[in-house]
Amino acid sequence: MNLLEASGVVKKYANHLALDNLNIQIPNNQIFGLLGPNGAGKTTFIRIINHITMPDSGTILFNGRPLNSEDIYRIGYLPEERGLYKKMKVGEQAMYLARLKGMTKQDAYKRLKFWFEKFEIGAWWDKKVEELSKGMQQKIQFIVTVLHEPELLIFDEPFSGFDPINANILKQEILELKQKGSTIIFSTHNMSSVEELCDNICLINKSKSVLTGKVDEVKQSFKNNEVMIEFTGDDQLFKSKLTGNHQLISLDKSHGGFTAKIKMDREDTNQLISLLLPDFSIRSFQEILPNMDEVFIKAVEKSNNNQ
Amino acid sequence: MNKILLIIEREYLTRVKKKSFIIMTFLSPLIFAAMMVVPAWLGSQEDTKEKIIIVDDASGKYVSALTNTQYIKYQQLTELQNTKNKQELAKEFDALLVIENDLLNQEPNIQLYSDGQITMDVTENIKNNLNNHLRQLKLKSFNIEGLDSKIEEINNLHVNIKTVRLDEDGSEKQSSAEFAIFIGMASALLIYMIMIIYGTQVMRGVIEEKTNRIVEVMISSVKPFQLMMGKIIGIGLVALTQFFLWIILTIGVVATVQTAFSSTNDKAEITQTIDGQQISSPLQVSKAQNVEASFNKIITILKDANLPLILGMFLFYFIGGYLIYSALFAAIGSAIDNETETQQFVMPVLLPLILSIYVAMAVFRNPHGDIAFWFSMIPLTSPVVMMSRIPYDVDTWEILLSMFILTASFVFFTWFAARVYRTGILMYGKKVSYKEIWKWFIQAGK
Repeated sequence: MNLLEASGVVKKYANHLALDNLNIQIPNNQIFGLLGPNGAGKTTFIRIINHITMPDSGTILFNGRPLNSEDIYRIGYLPEERGLYKKMKVGEQAMYLARLKGMTKQDAYKRLKFWFEKFEIGAWWDKKVEELSKGMQQKIQFIVTVLHEPELLIFDEPFSGFDPINANILKQEILELKQKGSTIIFSTHNMSSVEELCDNICLINKSKSVLTGKVDEVKQSFKNNEVMIEFTGDDQLFKSKLTGNHQLISLDKSHGGFTAKIKMDREDTNQLISLLLPDFSIRSFQEILPNMDEVFIKAVEKSNNNQ
Repeated sequence: MNKILLIIEREYLTRVKKKSFIIMTFLSPLIFAAMMVVPAWLGSQEDTKEKIIIVDDASGKYVSALTNTQYIKYQQLTELQNTKNKQELAKEFDALLVIENDLLNQEPNIQLYSDGQITMDVTENIKNNLNNHLRQLKLKSFNIEGLDSKIEEINNLHVNIKTVRLDEDGSEKQSSAEFAIFIGMASALLIYMIMIIYGTQVMRGVIEEKTNRIVEVMISSVKPFQLMMGKIIGIGLVALTQFFLWIILTIGVVATVQTAFSSTNDKAEITQTIDGQQISSPLQVSKAQNVEASFNKIITILKDANLPLILGMFLFYFIGGYLIYSALFAAIGSAIDNETETQQFVMPVLLPLILSIYVAMAVFRNPHGDIAFWFSMIPLTSPVVMMSRIPYDVDTWEILLSMFILTASFVFFTWFAARVYRTGILMYGKKVSYKEIWKWFIQAGK
């Protein structure tokens, strides 16, 4: 079941096409990575979900029915360009933003107290926002985003401005939110966090969706048929054993044996293993999958070349 | 709707709680009151140090004409003092007055010596005394019969113009042109000031939201229109609050100051009449009556001037004008990234406002002329210009038409501003031109 389904979404600005016939399905209770180079149209899409702008054509279904303006109560959005009123006190401001999301005063207060304790920032309540560091402000913004326990959470570059420790805390929180049943759209350029967190991704390039699917499947589809083998034995023999079908990329000594990277001509690991097995003792055999950085670059390049 | 109330509440409370608001609110009435009271008080202040002026009158005819006042005493030069030179005399007394010739028949030659600065009071007093004396001497020299009674007759001639407004039902009402000018100008200026001060506050608020990057967080919860109107209404309420506090506090301060100073003022009144130019005493009595009469007149005019109408009109034009201008200011604020860029957009908005204050100042010469009429119809100038005309009994249909145009254009300007605002607040780092704003406006309709 998809929580959000966008089909045929088009958005034109005065001099450029921001979204061109975009189709995206975001499954329920998953972390969905919305990727793409700068200016690809991610923010436009997020703004359409948040009812900040309207699409020129196309439909967006939320829980199977057309998205309407009341749905913003069920969405929590942490924009990339985010800030707080500098002169307001932290608690006051958090209460204000929570109540704008439709929470009652008592409810907002209770949950804010809970989150402030969880993040151990209760002492900040009466401080002015301008007295806090950027990372501290980001924490407040995160709390305010998730406070009303929305079904759909949208994080746009959530880790910017965080040190590694706090970024890690945030990751744990995001995973916890998923466990509690939220669906999360996660937009970032930080590919390692995509690998860590996301279940599905959609890559947008130049207003179009160029790559969608589960993270594992996407990686599979971009693999180079490379494997890494750790073995002991004669390295010269190893080289001569590899015929033209298999290409040795590197061969290094390691721990009294060797580590070799091999590019196979086709996906046939069994054939390779049976070729090597008689003469070498194989310690490990591993398929090398591309990381998301490589996938990102390749996919973008490919779509640029297609145009 | 609930959200717009929340926004209004925030905009209102954060501003009302600011130190600058509290200081402005409580300090301004003191300044207003000071502007009214201090000149009057200064006027009543006299140099209370007694001054002795020694008079060296060669002809001996004029010393008697110099009458002492409470603080200025004249003494004739004695034989003994005559031996001293001018410098010594000027040092010994406050001043030395030398009248060297016969003032009536020759070119007057009078000098006043002193070793310090002589105050205006002293020279004025000497001049008045001598002038009066010489005039009387001159009159006497014509040998007219029954001179004294004739002089009195002349002195009793006073012209007073009573301005009477004839109403359509034939009833006569006293009106006062000065008072109408005052009421008109005061309310026009107030509207002008408040529109500038609070209009720019709206603009600053919008820019603040943009530069703080909170605006996208906000509009994921509320509609841009709600955010804009919440800000405009919230700040408008701050303006009204400040305005009413000013009125109440100013009245309070003036009242206290007046009671505190009333005793001194009475004294000042007496000294003024003593050293005034009046020769005959009956006139002094009538002057006191005059004061009372004119006071009563002001009260009847106040009752007559239809204050509820003026106050009601003031509120309407204040609100209407404020809403139009603040909508424009909000649109400007949304289009730019920081305050230094505001100039090129603020000037065109301020121009009609500045023009309207000039027209308002000209209105009292011809409150029903073409210029006055048209400028009180144009919505960007009508709040100021119409307010300055209201005390001159503008036709009801004109007022209603002007109010209607203002209301309609408020709707139009808000609609226009909202469309620009919607796109503008999400635009960063762009140098904005009028063309660009126009594009946003057109595009927002799609």
